Amino acid sequence: MTMRLFETTRRAVIAAAVGAAIWGFAAPAGAQTAERPFITVASTTSTEQSGLFKHLLPQFTGKTGIEVRVVAVGTGQALKIGERGDADLVFVHARSAEEDFVAKGFGVGRSDVMYNDFVLVGPKSDPAGVKGSRDAVKALQAIARKKAPFVSRGDDSGTHQAELDLWQRAALHPKADGNWYRETGSGMGPALNTAAAMDAYILADRGTWLSFKNRGDLTLLVEGDDRLFNQYGIILVNPARHAHVKEKEARTFINWVISPEGQAAIAAYRIEGEQLFFPNARRKGA
Amino acid sequence: MQGLDEALAAAWRLIVTGDTALVEIVALSLKVSLTAVFCAAVVGLPLGAVLALVRFPGRGPVIVVIDALMGLPPVVAGLFVYLLLSRAGPLGPYGLLFTPTAMVIAQTLLVIPIIAALTRQVVTDLWAEYCEQLTSLGAGRLRAVPTLLWDARSSLVTAILAGLGRAMAEVGAILVVGGNIDGVTRTMTTAIALETSKGDLPLALGLGIVLLVIVLAINAAAHMLGATARRAAG
Repeated sequence: MTMRLFETTRRAVIAAAVGAAIWGFAAPAGAQTAERPFITVASTTSTEQSGLFKHLLPQFTGKTGIEVRVVAVGTGQALKIGERGDADLVFVHARSAEEDFVAKGFGVGRSDVMYNDFVLVGPKSDPAGVKGSRDAVKALQAIARKKAPFVSRGDDSGTHQAELDLWQRAALHPKADGNWYRETGSGMGPALNTAAAMDAYILADRGTWLSFKNRGDLTLLVEGDDRLFNQYGIILVNPARHAHVKEKEARTFINWVISPEGQAAIAAYRIEGEQLFFPNARRKGA
Repeated sequence: MQGLDEALAAAWRLIVTGDTALVEIVALSLKVSLTAVFCAAVVGLPLGAVLALVRFPGRGPVIVVIDALMGLPPVVAGLFVYLLLSRAGPLGPYGLLFTPTAMVIAQTLLVIPIIAALTRQVVTDLWAEYCEQLTSLGAGRLRAVPTLLWDARSSLVTAILAGLGRAMAEVGAILVVGGNIDGVTRTMTTAIALETSKGDLPLALGLGIVLLVIVLAINAAAHMLGATARRAAG
């Protein structure tokens, strides 16, 4: 009996020691969160994956000491995150959806920040013959006539909404028109990967396109149409609705982004000499 | 197989330069997954043993549900935890969404069924072997739980490694609840997903190779420990 008691104790000690060793190694995972002040920004894949935030945020954090944590998703999902109060501000590109977000009281004080444009990308062989056109709507009509493969984001992102708007202007319903029109339900990068693999046409934001590496046989075909304009806006999540929103820090960020300093920082971001985003804030302030 | 050599070169560069961002990402991946597996083992091992030994009403359905949950899609677990931790959800006031803690919770949920189901099987077999002996010693079924868990320890290491494999490999759950925030919740798998999105396939695959090497090292270490323990016992 003494023997068994000894044995049980020994086992318990070993188990406790192993547990403590694992825990000691693993514990910092939870302890990591409480340090300097931070805000959470729900933003789009285009701003994150183009590298803009990597260029912009260290400058803001260096000046203010406020860390900015970016959750990069599609515009539709970013607005949803803001609506649920899981971010302090949203930084997206879908004007009408943003205005709706403010009108419903989920956010306050939308400010324009910058713009870039969408570009129509497709295979070098260009079966629909749209290269060099400045008319995006006519280009889509030509693609539809040829039933050339076209990849759609299909994810309610800002780019997806812009694409649907163009189809509507073209008076076409590609989704009902056979399997040349393919909705991938994915972000800009994965959709570009798909288009590259299928030699398909695709509407992309210029920033992601410029920084995208796996282009395969894809090339830029149509640009410069006014209807390809892509405006980015920034909105504070309504503190009256979500009391935990870090209003002071979030307003500091918004005011910096639309300040001459923040705007200059946006203009300075280039990939291979090409400017990706063009600041156009009308300095209202949040 | 064009691109594979580039990936190997990228992996090699990542390892030899000891890239600090990579070290942070690897450390976070290990912390999150090991913590999750530890929590899941604390729940799953006794749960599996009790299910193997103790008869109670509804035991059959519980076993089926746990076995089925081994196939729970990580995204679904992620969404469940997201809704739980979201500011608009029941645990919202704690502000845990988009933190490593949220990722640990999601992975724990994914790993518990694997450890519990495999433990139940191992303990069931062991009980069949020893039941007469243990019963004659006067041990009740519930009292036999710690003894059997201890005796099955070398088999249970495999159950725990299977759980760790699930945790280290999954991306769907931690992407949803962690948000893949640079420097805060970016792990190996979410970084791989991100680089794939950016079309930097060599870097993505390079990171994948690094992840594979780490998982391999953990498994090798576990097996060596197991072998040493067996020699010591034998």
